[in-house]
Amino acid sequence: MTQEHVAAPEFDYGLFSYDSKEQMLDKSKEFWNPGKTQFWIDSGVPLVIDRREEYFIYDMSGKRLIDAHLNGGTYNLGHRNPEVVQAVTMAMQHFDIGNHHFPSLARTALAEALIKTAPAGLSKVIYGSGGGEAIDIALKTARHATQKRKIVSIVKAYHGHTGLAVGTGDDRFSKLFLSDRPEEFPHVPFNDLEAMEDALRGRDVAAVIMETIPATYGFPLPNPGYLEAVKVLCEKYEALYIADEVQTGLMRTGELWGITKHGITPDILVTGKGISGGLYPIAAVLATEKAAGWLNEDGFGHISTFGGAELGCIAALKTLEICSREETRSMVHYIADYVGKRLAEVQATYPDWFVGIRQNGVILGLEFAHPQGAKYVMRHLYENGVWAIFSTLDPRVLQYKPGILLKPEVAEEMLDRTELAIGKAYAEIRNERSA
Amino acid sequence: MSEMTYEPLMVEPAGVPRGRAMVERADWAARAYAKYDVATVNRIVDAAASALAARAQEFARDAVAETGFGVVEHKVLKNIACSTGIVETYRGQDFVSPEIDDINKIVAIPRPAGVVLALTPSTNPVATVSFKIILALMTRNAIIISPHPMAKKVCAAAAKTMAEAAVAAGAPDGIIQIVEDPSIPLINALMTDERTDVIVATGGSPVVRSAYRSGNPAIGVGPGNVPVLVDATADIQKAAARIIESKAFDNSILCTNESVVIAEEAIADKLLSAFAREGAYVLKDEERDAIRSTVFPDGHFNIKMVGKDAVWIAEQAGIKVPVKTRVLVAPFDLVVPEEPLAHEKLCPVLGFVRVPTAERGIDVARAILRITGAGHSAAIHSANPELIMIFSAAVPVLRVSVNVGNSLGASGIQTNLPPTMTIGTGYAGRSSVGENLQPKHLLNYTRLAYNADAREVMPSFAGLNPWSSPTGPVPAYPLASNDRASAHTPAPIHREPISQDVAELRDEIRKLIVEELHALIKN
Repeated sequence: MTQEHVAAPEFDYGLFSYDSKEQMLDKSKEFWNPGKTQFWIDSGVPLVIDRREEYFIYDMSGKRLIDAHLNGGTYNLGHRNPEVVQAVTMAMQHFDIGNHHFPSLARTALAEALIKTAPAGLSKVIYGSGGGEAIDIALKTARHATQKRKIVSIVKAYHGHTGLAVGTGDDRFSKLFLSDRPEEFPHVPFNDLEAMEDALRGRDVAAVIMETIPATYGFPLPNPGYLEAVKVLCEKYEALYIADEVQTGLMRTGELWGITKHGITPDILVTGKGISGGLYPIAAVLATEKAAGWLNEDGFGHISTFGGAELGCIAALKTLEICSREETRSMVHYIADYVGKRLAEVQATYPDWFVGIRQNGVILGLEFAHPQGAKYVMRHLYENGVWAIFSTLDPRVLQYKPGILLKPEVAEEMLDRTELAIGKAYAEIRNERSA
Repeated sequence: MSEMTYEPLMVEPAGVPRGRAMVERADWAARAYAKYDVATVNRIVDAAASALAARAQEFARDAVAETGFGVVEHKVLKNIACSTGIVETYRGQDFVSPEIDDINKIVAIPRPAGVVLALTPSTNPVATVSFKIILALMTRNAIIISPHPMAKKVCAAAAKTMAEAAVAAGAPDGIIQIVEDPSIPLINALMTDERTDVIVATGGSPVVRSAYRSGNPAIGVGPGNVPVLVDATADIQKAAARIIESKAFDNSILCTNESVVIAEEAIADKLLSAFAREGAYVLKDEERDAIRSTVFPDGHFNIKMVGKDAVWIAEQAGIKVPVKTRVLVAPFDLVVPEEPLAHEKLCPVLGFVRVPTAERGIDVARAILRITGAGHSAAIHSANPELIMIFSAAVPVLRVSVNVGNSLGASGIQTNLPPTMTIGTGYAGRSSVGENLQPKHLLNYTRLAYNADAREVMPSFAGLNPWSSPTGPVPAYPLASNDRASAHTPAPIHREPISQDVAELRDEIRKLIVEELHALIKN
């Protein structure tokens, strides 16, 4: 090379760079995931997240979006929450992933903090590196404790994609990989107690696994008393109750764990996503003494090199502390109140289009009167500066998940944008119908 | 043990993030409270004030125990004056509803500041906390208290008592918060936070100056150093009684307690004799020197002396005084900066200077305020209105107590000035506020103004009110949307009717205040 001036790439990230967003998308298809990359281009949401801070994400183009999806609650505390960044950065002066063979400083400290803030009765913590692994641990734990094999979940459930977890979910993700095992993983309709009792009656079920509100199914709310009755059935037929709190935990319902609003002490509770602070992957299983017996029988029964990585434990400790603050709980109640009221006003404007609001705290499913309605709304939200996603297993319903530390002025802006987008999606659907 | 050292990476001291969380919560609470109507606001103010007044005795005792200074019974009086007393003062005034001026075709809509950050001192801990909370509640602001570290426990207990009562009466959650573990970095973070709408700083000059430097709107007030002139026309007996009572009040830890008496030569000896009859001990020259070096070792005020009683202070200086001594009078000749006794003393040591004429006394008062205390307060005991006028015009203070003790005179408890725990020192005292702090200082108004042209008629705005009463707890508890009609529905908020009982209680409190004031004056 001569000393000629070489233009710096427009998108320089230090270790790598791109000349343009188009080049980036081409490489994404070439080297990474062509199906997923093309899906978003075709959906009218050509988002490549670049800069991120608080509850804002920025596309490579510079377009700013308010994040009302939070990757399922992963960014519950916002993107790169300064307190979590500081805790992890400090920790890197001393800790690394750690060594799963030995007693560990950070794993023990986090376990103690989790147990102290958990529903009473949960007493042991087992770590995974992500939610799917944690679900597998929970299912294995239940099988060990009961010496039974069957796991009951609901139709259209979603608990992750790992070996056992994928069996509890919708066929779409298990059949693709020839991993469906209907004989071991019966699915029963949600909110149907008779079907649940039928599934349990044989006393051959190790556990019922339930998301406290099924996220990927569009947050259909459990009927009042449903979860409580399922817990009673579990006790009657000697199955464990596993609460999947990956999306409903960490103050998102206005209490630290959504299941406590039902007065249920689960035998096993699973947390993931948000517990990472959005900065270092970690997931955890909390179990009662009775359920966690294998930890005494064979402490090496489940091995995970990255499970409970110590840097992740630090991120989780700080995250748990922030979520547990009195101030945070108060703010979630304010945010939930405000968002609910504003959305009810929007609903009153479009009663035949925006047909339902499912809400528990800052967990919301917005129902639209079209089989793919939420996809339309998602696209118009994107165009108008808000990111929220349709529900994979019920695309009528938009998942709308504001952050728990949302500032009032951002909440107002988010609702202004949302109102406009819902109206524009309505206009588009009406034009299609009249055309 | 770990031998590692942490790099200084963007590290924020513990407590700072928590402080920011408090401001965020206050922001939500303030937005909600700014929509409340006057009836609900009055109910909340009454509830908070009554809750504090009911524990006035306990908080007075705890404040003296925690800080080690002041007088319990005087603090009881202040605690009541700054809770139910303040509420009575402003009873009937409305800082909430729109004000309609049909003649000028202007409607003024009260607009709260939002989030008030209140810094409170150790000398008047509970009274100031209560006072600022009541003012904030009256004007529909959220308030965060940062108490002086020396009084943090009693202040937290007082603020929580008021917060619980306010929320039970329908106030938004988080409307009153208190920093339980104040630190300099935390206070700086709160003061510079852009969501802090106004800082109300009472305390030492450094605190007040940093409030003004924060970049946020601030109301901070300067220190006092109160000169009191007694001229030949004064009623000497009454003047002596009032000055000694006022100087002894709460062992002289208020910024309003008299600092130096300036006596016209003709009545100086008579005044000193009258002081002695009122329980003061007039120090001889060598005793004065001992007191000076005890209270100001190396010329600097010894903070161990703050709010201690006169007998104890005399003992420290090796002087035996009668056990009932309430004030030590220290005569000296010249008011200059290097004379420690001319400075603010915060203990019951009262300077005493003779002047040949009342006019010369005005110069001495000015000299005292050159040292410190400009903009604050002065007192005069005189029957000569011309002198009183000349004195008040010449001395750079914003309130002059006339024929009344300054400690309860300047603060509006024994005068008709607005009762306050925060004395605005104005431009002379490097402050944005020159009046006694009062509700209006925490408010702005949006004024809607019609075309002045007589042909453009302003319709009637009577009865129009943008505010309302909440229908349940604020915010509502986040019940699942399909479960809101269930038995979980929270109980309706407590609404105490303005019953006979409450009216009687109010009369009782009013009577109590009056009686205590009388007792004070008689003493």
